[in-house]
Amino acid sequence: MSNPVPPQSSPPRHVALFVTCLVDLFRPSIGFAAVKLLEEAGCTVDVPAAQVCCGQPAYNSGDRATTRRIARQVVDAFEGYDAVVVPSGSCGGMLSHHYPGLFDDEPALKVRAERFAARTFELITFLVDVLGISRLPAHYQGIVTYHDSCSGLRELGVKHQPRRLLAAVDGLTLREMSTPEVCCGFGGTFCVKYPEISNAMVAEKAADIAATGADTLLAGDLGCLMNMAGKLKRQGSPIRVRHVAEVLADMSRNAAIGEPEDGR
Amino acid sequence: MQSTAHDFKGNVGAALADPNLQDSLAKLKTGFSERRRQAAERLPEFEALRDRARDIKNHALANLDFYLEEFERKVTALGGQVHWAPTAEDARRIIADLCRGVGARTIAKSKSMVAEEIGLNEHLEALGIAPIETDLGEYIIQLRREPPSHIIAPAVHLTKDQVADTFLEHHSRLGFTRRLTERNDLVAEARQVLRQKFLDADVGLTGANFLVAETGSSMLVTNEGNADLSNTLPRMHIVLASIEKVIPTLEDAAVLLRVLARSATGQESSAYTTLNTGPRRPGDLDGPERYHVVLLDNGRSSVLGTEMQDMLRCIRCGACMNHCPVYGAIGGHAYGWVYPGPIGAVLTPQLIGVEEAGDLPNASTFCGRCESVCPVRIPLPRLMRHWREREFERHLTPRAVRQGLALWAYLARRPRLYRAVTGIANRALALLGRSDGRFGTLPLAGGWTRYRDFPAPQPGGTFHAQWKRGRWNRGRWNRGQGSRKR
Ligand code: SF4
Repeated sequence: MSNPVPPQSSPPRHVALFVTCLVDLFRPSIGFAAVKLLEEAGCTVDVPAAQVCCGQPAYNSGDRATTRRIARQVVDAFEGYDAVVVPSGSCGGMLSHHYPGLFDDEPALKVRAERFAARTFELITFLVDVLGISRLPAHYQGIVTYHDSCSGLRELGVKHQPRRLLAAVDGLTLREMSTPEVCCGFGGTFCVKYPEISNAMVAEKAADIAATGADTLLAGDLGCLMNMAGKLKRQGSPIRVRHVAEVLADMSRNAAIGEPEDGR
Repeated sequence: MQSTAHDFKGNVGAALADPNLQDSLAKLKTGFSERRRQAAERLPEFEALRDRARDIKNHALANLDFYLEEFERKVTALGGQVHWAPTAEDARRIIADLCRGVGARTIAKSKSMVAEEIGLNEHLEALGIAPIETDLGEYIIQLRREPPSHIIAPAVHLTKDQVADTFLEHHSRLGFTRRLTERNDLVAEARQVLRQKFLDADVGLTGANFLVAETGSSMLVTNEGNADLSNTLPRMHIVLASIEKVIPTLEDAAVLLRVLARSATGQESSAYTTLNTGPRRPGDLDGPERYHVVLLDNGRSSVLGTEMQDMLRCIRCGACMNHCPVYGAIGGHAYGWVYPGPIGAVLTPQLIGVEEAGDLPNASTFCGRCESVCPVRIPLPRLMRHWREREFERHLTPRAVRQGLALWAYLARRPRLYRAVTGIANRALALLGRSDGRFGTLPLAGGWTRYRDFPAPQPGGTFHAQWKRGRWNRGRWNRGQGSRKR
């Protein structure tokens, strides 16, 4: 299902950031890391004010009418940019893979949604596949393991891009889990609707993470990261959990997810 | 089979608390998926074959009436008979009548999920006809009076020790009084017990993986060869299959077989592939005198032409459940009816009603691993989402979820109001969570905090608030681990 994008001769420069509601509310530093990565790659970054959420909570709960209204709002808000960049494979997949299908019975809107989808990218794939970046001037001292969040992996083909950039980070050692592609059990509302199943899944994930001996867990989706961090912290694990963009943007001195900002 | 799908959450609790089940699932999770991966890697054209398999099934479904009638014509010409069963009850009645017509007392069965679907065993038992399962896994669960927990490995939820205990309990009166501990010994003992039953059976009943329209053949794959005994030894052979099993040609079957075994068990092909083409002909050395095919609809034809039609492509390989992290956590019985895992989450609401099985399509993270391995590329997450949409339309979605969603949607469509509300939430949570960076408990988030801590927001306000204030300064966030030269 992946659709790798060939590097373009004149890469998109005027970029809009789709922040995502979780990054907005819980971890703005991921948004700022994205801005920094994009600006240093030569892009001009805007953050359209009318954006809120991609609509997944409604979409995955079967509320198609609400989803369509939100999708229209997003498409309107992001009109006129060369590219829309999202620091999340899950929201990115929603925008680029699921929006067009919402408007099957409204051809005019469908065309707009398709155009919007075609210029929407997950952050790391945008950097690597579209802008052609293979190395970033970041430093991170530690052993890192990387979790492949599901939508990014299976809808957008996010797999080698983060690994390629991480491998080039000064001081960083990457150590793979035995099953990095298995879901962490977050699943949006799933984790509170079926907490026992979600717990069984994240417990298994936490064991796989711990078995690597890594001191840091990275991934590209804040939802999954909060879930895994929450489990690791509950278990008393010292493993630090961060979004991959924080490390790549060299913005990893603030507290990791689920840890206090001061007095560490 | 009586459904317990309405008590999915209760089933889940029991499954997670069952140490034997959890032991068995741990082995299943790594074994099947690893073997499939290797098998797919060894065959360069595997992905292309999946496309062909999908196209073959799509073509057959688009022309289902034509191929079914063609199949019937061929079976009739061969001297067999096709029976159409619109409902499960019809199928039970037809099979019971056939059995009674030859005065059958025992019937040797082999691998038919459709027989489970129509509750055949219970029905026959009530009529005084003893069904004997000849597949090892089916036989084990029949002894234990349990339903299957997997579509190709019905006893996969059991440990070897549990099987040893079951055999000791049931076989000791046949003279097998030693408790066995080795896998091979268990298989050998089952074989001895079963062999005589094959010879005694009056009727053999099998399922079918495919029905081939051009030849009138039914095709069945097994790894134990038990089907061959069920369909050659007894006087009457009944094939019980659902209507979507029909495909145009033998060549199509060859394509489907190549993806089926690899997806199911990682084998290049199953150990036995059996074609049954009508009753015994003059000069044949063996084979049944009478040959019947019971074609079950049971609500399937109503899916044709709808957005749900893709589910009928399923060739019952089991890969979707082998790769499903939810199935891997709870096993097959928790799904509460015949078909577990992702395909069960899609099929069960269709076959027994979404009111009964509404939890199933909801209990998924949409991780998409099922779709990524399905040999006929069924978009399982999309189909689960369709069920959620139907539940939502019909107000079957729980009230709390609907209300939460309505509130969220109200805010999500009013960015300014949304910013005000999230701004307050962000500051309150950041303040309260400042000392630990996380919460051990949190009002309204019990589902989360029962099992994991809840990370607190970073201090400093929401992203949008900081962006708007223009207070984002590179100095604040731009702190690497220290060695960065600019
Ligand atoms: S849905 Fe696909 S993967 Fe699952 S059993 Fe059917 S064919 Fe196999």
